[in-house]
Amino acid sequence: MRDSASGEPLIRVRDLRFRYEDGTAALDGVSFDLYPGETVAILGPNGSGKTTFVLHLNGLLRGDGEVIVCGLRLEKRNLEEIRRRVGLLFQDPDEQLFMPTVVEDVAFALLCRGVAPAEAEKKARAVLARVGLEGAATRPPYHLSAGEKRRATLAAVLAAEPDILVLDEPTTYLDPPAQRELLTLLASLPQAKIIVTHDTEFAEAIARRAVFFQRGRIIAEGSVAELRRLYGWTARPARGDTTAPEGAQPGSPR
Amino acid sequence: MHHVVLDEWNRRPGWLQKRDARAKLVVLLAYLVALATMPRLTPQAVIGFGALASAGVASGRLPALGVALRAGAVLPFALFFAAGVWLSGATGKAADLVVRSYLSAAAVLVVMGATPMPGLLRAMEWLGAPRFLVQVAHFLYRYLFVLSEQAQHMRLAALSRGLDRGGFRRSRSLWRAAGGALAVLFARSQARAEAIHRAMLARGYAGRLAELRNERMEAGDWVLVAAGLLLCAGVRTGLAYAG
Repeated sequence: MRDSASGEPLIRVRDLRFRYEDGTAALDGVSFDLYPGETVAILGPNGSGKTTFVLHLNGLLRGDGEVIVCGLRLEKRNLEEIRRRVGLLFQDPDEQLFMPTVVEDVAFALLCRGVAPAEAEKKARAVLARVGLEGAATRPPYHLSAGEKRRATLAAVLAAEPDILVLDEPTTYLDPPAQRELLTLLASLPQAKIIVTHDTEFAEAIARRAVFFQRGRIIAEGSVAELRRLYGWTARPARGDTTAPEGAQPGSPR
Repeated sequence: MHHVVLDEWNRRPGWLQKRDARAKLVVLLAYLVALATMPRLTPQAVIGFGALASAGVASGRLPALGVALRAGAVLPFALFFAAGVWLSGATGKAADLVVRSYLSAAAVLVVMGATPMPGLLRAMEWLGAPRFLVQVAHFLYRYLFVLSEQAQHMRLAALSRGLDRGGFRRSRSLWRAAGGALAVLFARSQARAEAIHRAMLARGYAGRLAELRNERMEAGDWVLVAAGLLLCAGVRTGLAYAG
């Protein structure tokens, strides 16, 4: 099922449990592996723990259980290196763009890592060109369109040259042509990827393996097509099909 | 989304906008010191300092009326203190206080209108302002936009549900609704601010914001510093002597 399974997993999670401060159990014994070169889609209904799970992968949340990233155990002393290895694209671009200009935002991670400003700017501009935003380098991020913001956030993640890309709802706010562009771009990237999405067509086009979250647990694993069939999890009902509404509730296998 | 007018002024293609923020801040400080240390504000002094501020408006291609009106925002505060001075019998000093406050506000507005806030904050740090204070100001500025966006989203949502219908009769209920909305606005803004902080941590932020910047001032920046200092000193000493 893996694209290019080889050796040790890049990410190894065992029995991960996490409760929010109000006592809500967000993750309840999640185990998961990601191998080099692999792309895995994470599917599941809203509130099932998908985002909470990926926030653990670079230490933004810390639960009980074992999380090992690129051979590094998720501990305070390893956080800096883990965050360098895992590039996290957030669901809402506005939360990820915080610097005064696009190029400064893209260079942010490089500067935090101690790269010289001139070198950081050169790299940032090169990545912006790669995502088709070379003309927006000096614009304030809040002046970009939704699609441009998404590309800018992706550039910001790519500039840091991570080993693993974790993308939380990357197609949100994108129109169909922009989604296709994103798909082409992601397919060209060599990194292992975890993609949290509700868009099963997008997931199927890019990931061979998928896991399905429900109530903080992974309840199924397989290809996107299998999970979609199993849980009625379709992006849109087929023409004339009134039995498969959008976002049909999982847990009622058909 | 609409944003503060200063943002639009910052992007105008004026000579002043192209100058280094440090140069502008030095000249602004010189102006404020010169104005504050004038023993008495004669009509000639008002014209002299007003002309300096106007030069800034012209070199930044800023709207003169816009600057003049917005500088008036300082007047309620200035008038409040001036009233105290006037009641104590020093009527001349009361007018003096109001005019000084207005001219100072206009000069600050010119510099802020011609300088993006991040540059201004970096210049403050260069001048010795505590780094912590500068970073707090940076985030306040960033979150100002967050707050503004949240407020606009909420306003649109309220308008779409008939906020502007009913007129004055409903004003009490509207005020109540506005109070509730304000609380929601701050809660949502706090959540957004936390998310932004999380995004920064995810990309390696460890308490220090490094910037892409050109450390060297250009010839035009030195011209601004030299001309600004000379003019401020000239107006200050010349008018003080004449007065």
